[in-house]
Amino acid sequence: MNRGSIARTAIDPRHPVRVDAQMLDASALPSYAFGHRSLMWWGTLGLIAIEGTVFALAIVSYFYLRSLAPRWPLNALPPELLWGTLNTVVLLASMLPNHMLKRAAEAGDLRRLRIAFLACLAFSLVFLMVRVFEFRGLNVWWDTDAYGSVVWLLLGLHTLHLITDTYDTGVLAVLMFTGPLEGRRLVDASENAQYWYFVVLSWLPIYFVIYLAPHIPQ
Amino acid sequence: MSSTAFDALKPSGMPRPRGNGVPPTAADSAALERTWRDPPGLVGWLSAINHKSIARRFVLTTFGFFLAGGLLALLMRLQLAVPRNTLVGPDLYNQLFSMHGTTMMFLFAVPVMQAVAGYLIPLMIGARSVAFPRMNAYAYWVFLFGGLMLYAAFLLDIGPDAGWFSYVPLAGPDYSPGKRVDFWAQLITFTELSALLEAAIIITTVFKLRAPGMTLARIPLFVWAMLVTAFMVLFSMPSVMLASTALIMDRLVGTHFYNPAQNGDVLLWQHLFWFFGHPEVYLIFLPGLGFISAIVPTFARRPIFGYTAMVLSLIATGFLAFGLWVHHMFATNLPELGKSFFTAVSMLIAIPSAVQIFCWLATLATGRLNLKTPLLFVLAFFFILVMGGLTGVMLASVPLDLQVHDTYFVVAHLHYVLLGGAVFPLVGAIYYWYPKFTGRLMSERLGQWNFWLFFIGFNVAFFPMHLLGLQGMPRRVYTYPAEMGWGTMNFIATLGAAMIAVSVLLFIVNLLRSRRHGEPAGPDPWGGGTLEWATLSPPAAANFDAIPVVHGSNPVWEEATRPPGTPSAVGGLAVDAREQLVTSVLDAQPDHRSQFPEPSIWPFLSAVATTVLFVGSIFTPWAVVWGAVPVAVATTAWFWPRRRETRTHVALEQQP
Amino acid sequence: MPLAAAAVLLLACMGAHASPLQDVLSPAGPQASHIRDLWHITLAVCTLVFAGVLAALVLVLWRSPRAASTTAAELRPAAARERRSGRRVGAAIAASVLLLLFLIVASVLTDRAIAQLALKDAVRIEITANQWWWEARYDDDDPSRTFTTANELHIPVGRPVLFTLKSNDVIHSLWVPNLHGKKDLIPGRTATLQLRADKPGVYRGQCAEFCGFQHAFMAFLVVAHPLADYEAWAAGQRRSAVASGDAQAVRGRELFLGGTCVMCHTVLGTTASAHRGPDLTHFASRQTLAAGTLANTPEDLQRWIRNPQQFKPGVNMPASNLPDEDIKALAAYLRSLS
Repeated sequence: MNRGSIARTAIDPRHPVRVDAQMLDASALPSYAFGHRSLMWWGTLGLIAIEGTVFALAIVSYFYLRSLAPRWPLNALPPELLWGTLNTVVLLASMLPNHMLKRAAEAGDLRRLRIAFLACLAFSLVFLMVRVFEFRGLNVWWDTDAYGSVVWLLLGLHTLHLITDTYDTGVLAVLMFTGPLEGRRLVDASENAQYWYFVVLSWLPIYFVIYLAPHIPQ
Repeated sequence: MSSTAFDALKPSGMPRPRGNGVPPTAADSAALERTWRDPPGLVGWLSAINHKSIARRFVLTTFGFFLAGGLLALLMRLQLAVPRNTLVGPDLYNQLFSMHGTTMMFLFAVPVMQAVAGYLIPLMIGARSVAFPRMNAYAYWVFLFGGLMLYAAFLLDIGPDAGWFSYVPLAGPDYSPGKRVDFWAQLITFTELSALLEAAIIITTVFKLRAPGMTLARIPLFVWAMLVTAFMVLFSMPSVMLASTALIMDRLVGTHFYNPAQNGDVLLWQHLFWFFGHPEVYLIFLPGLGFISAIVPTFARRPIFGYTAMVLSLIATGFLAFGLWVHHMFATNLPELGKSFFTAVSMLIAIPSAVQIFCWLATLATGRLNLKTPLLFVLAFFFILVMGGLTGVMLASVPLDLQVHDTYFVVAHLHYVLLGGAVFPLVGAIYYWYPKFTGRLMSERLGQWNFWLFFIGFNVAFFPMHLLGLQGMPRRVYTYPAEMGWGTMNFIATLGAAMIAVSVLLFIVNLLRSRRHGEPAGPDPWGGGTLEWATLSPPAAANFDAIPVVHGSNPVWEEATRPPGTPSAVGGLAVDAREQLVTSVLDAQPDHRSQFPEPSIWPFLSAVATTVLFVGSIFTPWAVVWGAVPVAVATTAWFWPRRRETRTHVALEQQP
Repeated sequence: MPLAAAAVLLLACMGAHASPLQDVLSPAGPQASHIRDLWHITLAVCTLVFAGVLAALVLVLWRSPRAASTTAAELRPAAARERRSGRRVGAAIAASVLLLLFLIVASVLTDRAIAQLALKDAVRIEITANQWWWEARYDDDDPSRTFTTANELHIPVGRPVLFTLKSNDVIHSLWVPNLHGKKDLIPGRTATLQLRADKPGVYRGQCAEFCGFQHAFMAFLVVAHPLADYEAWAAGQRRSAVASGDAQAVRGRELFLGGTCVMCHTVLGTTASAHRGPDLTHFASRQTLAAGTLANTPEDLQRWIRNPQQFKPGVNMPASNLPDEDIKALAAYLRSLS
């Protein structure tokens, strides 16, 4: 018996070939794929798991500190509902061009893809601007007390994601205009859309905690 | 599907690069070697992304930190050898034990496992590389720079001195002024970033790059262990990231997360830290279990007994590990009923580990034993880890814990489980895979001496600590009064530490000598059954000239009994371009071909930029803003496609 | 050879066992007793399991045939043997589960036994931990009967003691192993600990949560007396400091009240009423100084006053550059505060 024959025939070409060796021919397989078939999808999923856990733990910390406090907010008015609610609407609306982006990427339609990228970037501009007003409307500073600290933490963490998502989208948008392109870039665009979904949807529980939870009796 | 607009932006293609044959020809082999090897020169070394090169550096670096941490421990033991010793004062001693714990936990124990996995996993699953090779390189550099930052601080006498878990308020702005604790907290950021990226890489690699036919039910148990570990990293490390960021903010910008005077909570730190900290020790333990499951079958000449039970045990341990953290807080004023729940879970987690132990014993009992050095180190596990696990069961009980918590009993327990469960198997794993990494076997004779010195020295050093704890000696004391009667056992422990040092020296001698004088190994010196033993020693740059097609759990053992007429390997993958086969998650059916990136200096430069951002933000919060610019530039350059590479990919392109 | 080494190690460890001071296995009260009993039960079970695993391993090593790296691997082990292995593994798992359940129950029962302490007529002591000393305020329903001391607690034998635990700075942990397990003193939180001493004696405790430079020297004594002796001690602690007639002590008192000592210390009955350091009203009645760091003897006291940093580097008390006779006078004054 030919122990180690994989080594002998497949790696070490100095040794004789196995007569009944047969090949699985991969040459005709596609060279890229969308969704969970792609490596990028799994990388993005890993990022989502990590960031989702961070958000979840920050939210748990919020309620933990609240459970120990005599009143909540401690010494401040609750955050103004206007700006947060407005931004929630903007973020949710941004899912439309984002979805268009994903479909265009999977269809390979460059024209629609470029339009979708520009639309997404426009939305980014708006929600980042409104986010500035949100911070000002929090009615508390990060160093006032623990309530201020945890509210700024939540809003700050999410804002970090908005900024990095905007930057990613911007870089890809430029690439869509300048090239060089290949099929894999369509997958990158599709996965960017995936991440965008996460950034928008993860906002919803954070919105609830920052803006609505102070109105719920302890 | 394609639109002309899209095609117009693709660089004009070249002829499609040819794929490999089965069996691969000498030309295939040479081409693959050229394609996958690291570029030469200094810039080439900094640009390298071959998973084996990165893993080698990573393992060597973690080993360097292990030696540093060990020297710190030796200094501690010298100070504690006699009562009221004046070798080391309280300030230095506090830095020593903080640095020792931080080094071993964050710079050695977890990273070394990920590093070894980074080398072995592609080989074991029949892949040419890990899923994200450049990110793999970046993760290494970030880790290295973080460790260097910490030791620079220590050598400047501003090393952290609040312990490896840095409790507030001691570690807060009021009681730890200066930058010491900030360096510690930022080290967490570095190592946690590195570990999280490695975890995402491991998961993606294991799920998507397996050789055809290697269903999830056929992957080696070591790969299962690393997969479960990687998932645990994803969900536990964010907790310490959040905790340490909040700590830095309390210290630097005046937040009040942990400040009770402004309605923050001191215990919030402990909850967030230990929610990470307990899974952390399993991040170290599970890979050790994986090593044992790799070594035992080879040296018992049979597949592992109870593969399914072993997999389920790994997964169960991974889940349960998240439900134990409060057992580190039994002495606080948390509600008693809650504590009892954690007693129960802390004891029950012993069961999946017991399942593994019994299955290994069954494997050894029904196998035929080849008593070489790797197996010896694994056998040590049955003594040392089992003892450590049993003292763990003791500590799980609230009343017992209330007596021995924060005493040398815990120091004994943690060293028994960490060394017994991870370090001994790791040393065994080095003896096992050294021939694969280098092409030569380590010396058996030196190995035996290494083993016995380590085993005996370990027990001499740490067993007395159980008794010291029961006799009332607390942890983290730089000295103790003579009238307590702790002197003799402390002295014995120091002797044991010296023995360990000698054994480590022997290990190093063995490692170095065997590079030149070790017996040449060939591909499979131990007669192993998993795929890494089907490659050259050391493996070629591309690992396999033709990706094997697998039909069972022990492909090398089963090669002879492969059903005739079934494919033995994958053909048609490019030899002049970096191409791999991506397969489906559950059954590893061929799905598509993926083009992989070429070596690049940008991961290294991005890590430098990241380091500037992280270290700068210890000194000013504005560093986060202006430091973000070089990071953005470097990561964009990293991502930005190159024309030549894109041309090659287009030549290989096939729409889905 | 390893077996011989193990035997020597074990004997050395057992022989090295010294004082029952601060010893978990020398209980002097019901809490520590229950814990000691649980320890013995758990130790027995764990030793049994450990011996079992080792015996199995030794058996396996002894009986399994040997092989080399070139021996062919057994890909299809005999089904009957595999089934037998399965049964044995199953039995071992079942036994492990049962033993663990037993230990869980034993632990919970011990927990409940420890908590069952009738608190009628309890002595109530509020402990506030500081870096690196212990302040103890004995509470009473009648406020005129409360008093404050430091680093040495006296309690009556046979009576419950209820501690209220607070911290002024970082986390500390109160631990007197002869009497009970430890409890953390956490800033911003109030914890409680209840125990009872059933035997008269002097029991040593030590801070058991790393709290900075001098964590190693933050000890305290718990002195358990029969009730009458305790009442006498408490009555003495309630009195203000009695002025001593001795000339050196009078000079020392002048230096004390006119110098920097009053910035940190209290002596009831004088103008010294700061709380940064231990209350010294009855300093001479204590056996140790600096939280168990030194014995309370005239020589050690003088050396301490001259330079505390020599014995407890990092401590908050500064060194003194007074001339020697002044130091002696201060020491004499403090030694008169009984």
